[in-house]
Amino acid sequence: MAEILVLVDHADGAVRKPALELLTLARRIGEPSAVVLGAGEAAASIAATAGEYGAATVYVADGAEFTDQLVVPKVDALTQLAKEKGAAAVLVTSSGEGKEIAARVALRLGSGLITDAVELEAGENGPVATQSVFAASYQVRSTVSHGVPVITVKPNSAAPEAAPAAGSVENVAVAFTGNAAKVVSRTPRVSTGRPELTESAIVVSGGRGVGAAEGFAVVEKLADSLGAAVGASRAAVDAGWYPHANQVGQTGKQVSPQLYVAAGISGAIQHRAGMQTSKTIVAVNKDAEAPIFDLVDYGVVGDLFEVLPQLTDEIGAR
Amino acid sequence: MTLKIAVCVKYVPDATGDRGFADDLTTDREAVDGLLSELDEYAVEQALRISEESDDAEVTVVTVGPDDAKDALRKALSMGADKAVHVNDEDIHGSDVIATSAILAKALEKTGFDLVVCGMASTDGTMGVLPALLAERLNVPQVTLLSEVSVDGGTVKGRRDGDSATELLEAPLPAVVSVTDQSGEARYPSFKGIMAAKKKPVEELDLDDLDIDADEVGLAGSWTLVDAVAARPARTQGTIVTDEGDGGKQLAAFLATQKFI
Repeated sequence: MAEILVLVDHADGAVRKPALELLTLARRIGEPSAVVLGAGEAAASIAATAGEYGAATVYVADGAEFTDQLVVPKVDALTQLAKEKGAAAVLVTSSGEGKEIAARVALRLGSGLITDAVELEAGENGPVATQSVFAASYQVRSTVSHGVPVITVKPNSAAPEAAPAAGSVENVAVAFTGNAAKVVSRTPRVSTGRPELTESAIVVSGGRGVGAAEGFAVVEKLADSLGAAVGASRAAVDAGWYPHANQVGQTGKQVSPQLYVAAGISGAIQHRAGMQTSKTIVAVNKDAEAPIFDLVDYGVVGDLFEVLPQLTDEIGAR
Repeated sequence: MTLKIAVCVKYVPDATGDRGFADDLTTDREAVDGLLSELDEYAVEQALRISEESDDAEVTVVTVGPDDAKDALRKALSMGADKAVHVNDEDIHGSDVIATSAILAKALEKTGFDLVVCGMASTDGTMGVLPALLAERLNVPQVTLLSEVSVDGGTVKGRRDGDSATELLEAPLPAVVSVTDQSGEARYPSFKGIMAAKKKPVEELDLDDLDIDADEVGLAGSWTLVDAVAARPARTQGTIVTDEGDGGKQLAAFLATQKFI
């Protein structure tokens, strides 16, 4: 069966959920192999998890290069493996770095590249990827017509399904090409303990209507009662009320959760581009004319400082 | 020595318009007015700031696109770029990002550069991979997704605010960088800048000038194939209630029916 290489994104010694989604999708188009790079001592447990989610083989490479240099060492490793193993496709998570890695691998392999797939299935001419474009107003189905398909897939595009496989580990020596930018220092972001924005099943976002940085407290309380991630509109981020890492929209994160709660967000095209593919959309806004209400499954015209705390209390009482 | 800074910009359909596809499943450029991609304005801004910090620097703005793409170049020139290069050839129509990166790389080699500055992504395709592809083709380091960038002697330094960490990065020149919308507000062109831009040189190049065969680019030279395009069904508006003191309770009841709580 055709071997599909899956680059396993990991953080703090654990597999990140989008990698499990990729392994699940990879099974639709062939036999998944996982590629674990620069995980250090955590490689063994990461490999075991990859095996539980369907990886027949787990290629492991370690080295300071993967953490001390930008992008290129991972490109070196993935390209080398794709060539040596005669991979039928390469799948990478659609993060900023993931897309850059995929692009350079595609170029080196002489392959077509598809980014930001939201669906992946087998087709007569190789994997068929669905993309959601122009602020999610169109769905585009594409195939790669030349070379080994290299495809990046957005988080939350599939539910991870366990499927125990051999997960046999093969250590790989990578020939590094160099010419990469150096990481001079790395300061980990202090964890809020909340789920990762792009991976979370529920997102609660605040916008201009929140009024001030302190106003986000009600948004955070609701998020915590739902086990949700916190997002913010560009207006709220530009005002300095919430960190840019939490921005949902065309120039921020694009999210596709099961439930999206927009509080005090009018729903400009820029924001809609980042959340329009959410399964269920709920909005709370004082302005009954706000365009966000055109998208919602349920909308409350009202003051978010009254509606959100009441909702939070109700959730707590259930 | 003059520090040669090249800024890659894209002319894109206005995101506030009704964007769509032409019969050949490429972006319909007739239906909606175009403009300089907003995210590229940040690249122009950073190039200008680096130039202003340098004793001797020159900013060249480069684009690949149809006749109208000149508007994007003019905007960048009116912000303060020194000159422009426009690669325009009918055989380029339909090029995917990998083909486009081949054209841009040749144009950059012809123009010459110490530093290439790009936006983090275009506002139409939103792929965000062009800077990485250019670095690969030009065989220089990439220092991408920066919220802060500076040039110090022969080194480019930058700060990347990632999801899990903030990283300080550096690479020797020549290099390719990309900057985010957090890098600093882009300046508005002054009246003087707009008038001056009309006199600034715009070099026109076609595929022959760059020694590229027509079948290496355009739809023929692109290695991805769009099979189908469909408008996403518009979302239908659900229930809207006005809060009369129990809005939160009603919302909770809705979320309970959907099994979220």
